[in-house]
Amino acid sequence: MSVDTETVRRIAHLARIAVKEEALEPMTGELNTILDWVEQLGEVNTEGVEPMTRVVDTQLRWRQDEVTDGGYPERVTKNAPDGDDGFFTVPKVVE
Amino acid sequence: MTELTKLTMAEARDGLKAKEFTSVELTQAHVEAIESARALNCFVTETAERALEQAKQSDERLQSGQAGPMEGLPVAIKDLFCTEGVQTTASSHILEGFVPQYESTVSANLWRDGAVMLGKTNLDEFAMGSSNETSFFGNVVNPYRRPGDETPLVPGGSSGGSSAAVAARLALGATGTDTGGSIRQPASFTGIVGIKPTYGRCSRWGIVAFASSLDQAGPMTRTVRDAAIMLGSMAGFDPKDSTCVDRPVPNYEASLTGDVRGLKIGVPKEYRLDGMPGEIEALWQKGINWLKAAGAEIVDVSLPHTKYALPAYYIVAPAEASSNLARYDGVKYGLREEGTDIADMYEKTRAAGFGAEVQRRVMIGTYVLSAGYYDAYYLKAQKVRSLIAGDFKKVFETVDAILTPTAPSAAFGAGEKSDDPLSMYLNDVFTVTGNLAGLPGISVPAGVDGQGLPLGLQVVGKPFDEEMVLKIADVIESAADPIAAPQEWWKA
Repeated sequence: MSVDTETVRRIAHLARIAVKEEALEPMTGELNTILDWVEQLGEVNTEGVEPMTRVVDTQLRWRQDEVTDGGYPERVTKNAPDGDDGFFTVPKVVE
Repeated sequence: MTELTKLTMAEARDGLKAKEFTSVELTQAHVEAIESARALNCFVTETAERALEQAKQSDERLQSGQAGPMEGLPVAIKDLFCTEGVQTTASSHILEGFVPQYESTVSANLWRDGAVMLGKTNLDEFAMGSSNETSFFGNVVNPYRRPGDETPLVPGGSSGGSSAAVAARLALGATGTDTGGSIRQPASFTGIVGIKPTYGRCSRWGIVAFASSLDQAGPMTRTVRDAAIMLGSMAGFDPKDSTCVDRPVPNYEASLTGDVRGLKIGVPKEYRLDGMPGEIEALWQKGINWLKAAGAEIVDVSLPHTKYALPAYYIVAPAEASSNLARYDGVKYGLREEGTDIADMYEKTRAAGFGAEVQRRVMIGTYVLSAGYYDAYYLKAQKVRSLIAGDFKKVFETVDAILTPTAPSAAFGAGEKSDDPLSMYLNDVFTVTGNLAGLPGISVPAGVDGQGLPLGLQVVGKPFDEEMVLKIADVIESAADPIAAPQEWWKA
């Protein structure tokens, strides 16, 4: 499977990365090089093989569903490029 | 005082205990070494003041008999570990200026045991690279050079600042992280030791995530003993990482018995690559001979799906990265580029904040996870991953550990591979299998190539058998000719 520039434009939007019009073509080439190369996995017979879902054979732990952290909004928003009074701010999203 | 930087971590520890010098003196020597080595670009952030303050406190604890296992020992931290109050960038423009309000568990463990932080080391952006050429803060330069040739060589990646700093005697040890080979390959390129522990051995909490099912932290040091000391501090259970395993941390130093008699060491035929330099093949054979001479039994083994490890990795790792890196959106931390609406703001921020290799991987990851392609790519890769893990499981029914080269070449020149992602990806051909299967692997310096550049051998072990891996690496280290320290050309 290879991608065309239209697909790359769509992927870039899904990935929320602005790609300049003139960069679409070279990026398409780069992505296709990688996609062509991973294509060799098609040679492997994976009939009846379970996909790996955990690296180490162990059960995930359970814990009580209780609040164990928090209560310091000023620290949470400390690194926000445009934080305000314990809130994150974003451009207007509701008309 | 410069001779203090030549000590191994174990020697420095013993010297501090014997009161031959203080941690302040030891730390000051390293601070000065770092200042004189800025040409190597090992550090994104130097923390000399904090280091000397920590050293002072360590000296007090050493005096009062309350010393921890790493008391007063200056180390460097890869700039992927969040450090409270100290900028943490992942070597990305998008995180420039980010000052964490919390400490990663692994670094907190080191401070608990008395270690001193010299600074935050450079890396490939978000740990995506094998040469430290994708950092927003510039290339790291390998302290080793080809004879009579000033061409800058890469220190390996992604933990290239850590590997170069340890090799150049700027730190007694450094933390690294390894997603596809990012501790072991740079260790091989700079003539030092690097161990990637079993997945789950060290907590990932507070480490900037790249590919969560592959990432694992580990130490980078100049000797196997030092790796054992530092791993003992870094490892351990952490309830804040749901994949961190609750089992006791053994005394890793005690595993360095030098006795490998009767152990079965597997040599996988699939790791003999076409076109691999003869020097690497010869070094591998030397390693086999050393272990045989020490009484181990060499067993030919087969890991039939080895060939498919890299392509599987380049689906799984970008897929996980594209999810993990979704958090960099210009809202919560780091860079923000204004846009006409919120989506435009996200897109412009990420275009300006991520470098080319990160963008490439996020795009690949987004594609392989997108509707209609998930089964063909991601699910297929995870099935192949099961087969690769199964290969190891089968082999480990008959052998105690596996011996391979660490990387298919010695350090190469800056720019030699950076235009060709695929040839760069091939650096991890021998290491990536260990990440996919979650196994512990160590790179130990074993020799040099024809130009005097360091080469490493890799020992891979069973899950949570770091002790075996360290024990065998220690025997290789003892048998090999020591690799000469780099000439300090950067001190000009």
